[in-house]
Amino acid sequence: MMSIIVPIAAVTIIGLICAVGLSVASAVMAVKEDERFPAIRECLPGANCGACGFSGCDGYAKALLKPGTKTNLCVPGADTVAVKLSKLLGVAAEDVVEKVAVVRCSGDCEHTQPKEEYHGIRSCSAAKLLFSGSGSCAWGCIGMGDCAKVCPQNAIYMEKGIAVVQSAGCIGCGLCAKACPQGIIAMIPDTAKTEVLCSSHDAGAQTHKVCSAGCIACHKCEKSCEAGAITVAGNLASIDRVKCTGCGKCAEVCTTGAIAKADFSGAHRFEKQA
Amino acid sequence: MKTVIFVILTAAITNNYVLVKFLGICPFLGVSKKLDQATGMSIAVIFVEVMAAAVTWPIYHKLLDGGINFTYMETTVFILVIAALVQLVEIILKKYIPSLHKALGVYLPLITTNCGVLGVTMNNISDGFNFRDSVLTALGCGLGFFLAMVIFSGVRSRVEEARPPKEFEGLPITLISASIVSLSFFGFAGVLTRIFG
Repeated sequence: MMSIIVPIAAVTIIGLICAVGLSVASAVMAVKEDERFPAIRECLPGANCGACGFSGCDGYAKALLKPGTKTNLCVPGADTVAVKLSKLLGVAAEDVVEKVAVVRCSGDCEHTQPKEEYHGIRSCSAAKLLFSGSGSCAWGCIGMGDCAKVCPQNAIYMEKGIAVVQSAGCIGCGLCAKACPQGIIAMIPDTAKTEVLCSSHDAGAQTHKVCSAGCIACHKCEKSCEAGAITVAGNLASIDRVKCTGCGKCAEVCTTGAIAKADFSGAHRFEKQA
Repeated sequence: MKTVIFVILTAAITNNYVLVKFLGICPFLGVSKKLDQATGMSIAVIFVEVMAAAVTWPIYHKLLDGGINFTYMETTVFILVIAALVQLVEIILKKYIPSLHKALGVYLPLITTNCGVLGVTMNNISDGFNFRDSVLTALGCGLGFFLAMVIFSGVRSRVEEARPPKEFEGLPITLISASIVSLSFFGFAGVLTRIFG
């Protein structure tokens, strides 16, 4: 009988010593955490995308504890999160500018050809090291899907050799824009109605030679725009978001179809409508 | 000095816990994807193994084997003590060295008495090491784990770029490459005894 009781008692005593030691230690050496922190952290979506400018959701939650940090910085969380945060912290809510990613390239395999056969690592950043990618246009989408790999929503797919963002699934975190070695993914306000889908700064003739969908800097859009929102600089048209009325005339007159009139509403806008 | 180096190298290379003795495989396969995570995990393992060896040796020899004779409870008591110890260290680190706590952070509780840690302490006892050799062996095992993790995270990143056949993608090719790395470590058997013997 003793051979059973003694070990049980001994192990129990060891366990008790450990337990007491631990609870004393945790009480004595407790680190004071702001009690608002868990509540704030709970509000944030946890995507850790860094779109707010802090190191992940924990970083933003910590920054929010200090007065003066804006509550509308979380792009994936959008208005719902901003409102919740403002309520928690007792400040006025500000509207979040929801963003959506757009691939500024229309050079799919119907409009442009590859200039070399690439057999290396399937990654845009690796392919870019060899003559700026395998496509004829040095500015365009390489099409190996570095952006699709980082997208937390799986909202990017590859079609006809270029990346396409499904606006409806995009939460605007901007991870794809950071991953793109060509820098052709732009984060635009999701209220935008028109966008130049070309990033080539080559002269018009050169652009036209390699891609039939590129901006050839013909200035037609600039002239047709009643609001004066379009300027052509560096052989590429760009749209001023403040002035643009979204009439879509530029897309109508564009000879190559480099300007698109489309609905860029992201995931948040669809949520709101629903 | 010679024996110190011999003990550490034996534990790290010829008796590598992961690649030769196949202990601590879960963290080895789990967090070897990226080099920075692999190093973080390995440093935590070194830390915990050394401490566990230093604590369990006296417990075994003074309490289990000395005071009341119940050495058969070794496993249970070791798990209990090491688990509590890791928790205690975590609390202390959080309070006094927050930067180290942040670096080890998630890995510390993850390896609380994993098979590698428990294996080191129990082998120390069964091999009849004295206190110094136990701690040195634990240090060597930790370093060996570090070595294995760093090598394997490099292997893994190359394997991922190599695009294996669809059937082998993911865990299968990882296990195959782990076995080849392990084979290469068996080549060390006998080398050290020849050098130091």
